[in-house]
Amino acid sequence: MKEMSVIVKTLAKLLFPFTMMFGLYLVIHGHLTPGGGFQGGAVMASGLALMLVAYGRKRVVKKTGETILPLLGLVLFVLGSVEFSNFALGSHAEAVAFGPNAGALLTAGTIPVFSLGVGIEVLLGLGLILLMLAMGVEE
Amino acid sequence: MRYIALAALLVVLGFLLLGAAQLHPAGYPGKVLMDDYFINNAQEETGSNNVVTSIVFDYRGYDTLGEATVLFTAAVGVTMLFTRRRGK
Repeated sequence: MKEMSVIVKTLAKLLFPFTMMFGLYLVIHGHLTPGGGFQGGAVMASGLALMLVAYGRKRVVKKTGETILPLLGLVLFVLGSVEFSNFALGSHAEAVAFGPNAGALLTAGTIPVFSLGVGIEVLLGLGLILLMLAMGVEE
Repeated sequence: MRYIALAALLVVLGFLLLGAAQLHPAGYPGKVLMDDYFINNAQEETGSNNVVTSIVFDYRGYDTLGEATVLFTAAVGVTMLFTRRRGK
């Protein structure tokens, strides 16, 4: 995959921060507005795909698998531990852990933590798959 | 062999048509207690305004954990497929 023309690169550079910010907004506001971890992570991964197509893989990242893959496992472990802490607390836990104001950003207990974890997981997973496929394309 | 396949096809088609005849009409769902429970109690039980998110990340949290595991497995598989060996 070689890099594309100047027009495409300029537009991609212009659109990339907005795409990432929109994805982050979807992830963080997952418990208030439609959206959530999966959707926001997919939007952020599409921003990564835009940069990958416009700039080619050499300028995006060099060594991917050895750095992203342990991070992915770590995020999965955090997700599992959050879920297991919910399970272990069971019915003894408070219904809402922190910030019990409906409609505020800091509310809904462990849902934002879980949503953020899923968002990072989807971003890293799809991004790793895209980068690996791009590395496979070029020989 | 062809007659056996034709008979099996007819039986399956009959079951499908029977099921399709007993479907609820569109827009008139049957009596579903779980929907009413989620709609009435989700906000005060989880504190989340978005009922879908409260189901996906709270009531059905293990399902979401499994989906994340599936994505992780896919990423590991693609990495294994596209990583070159050091020896060669």
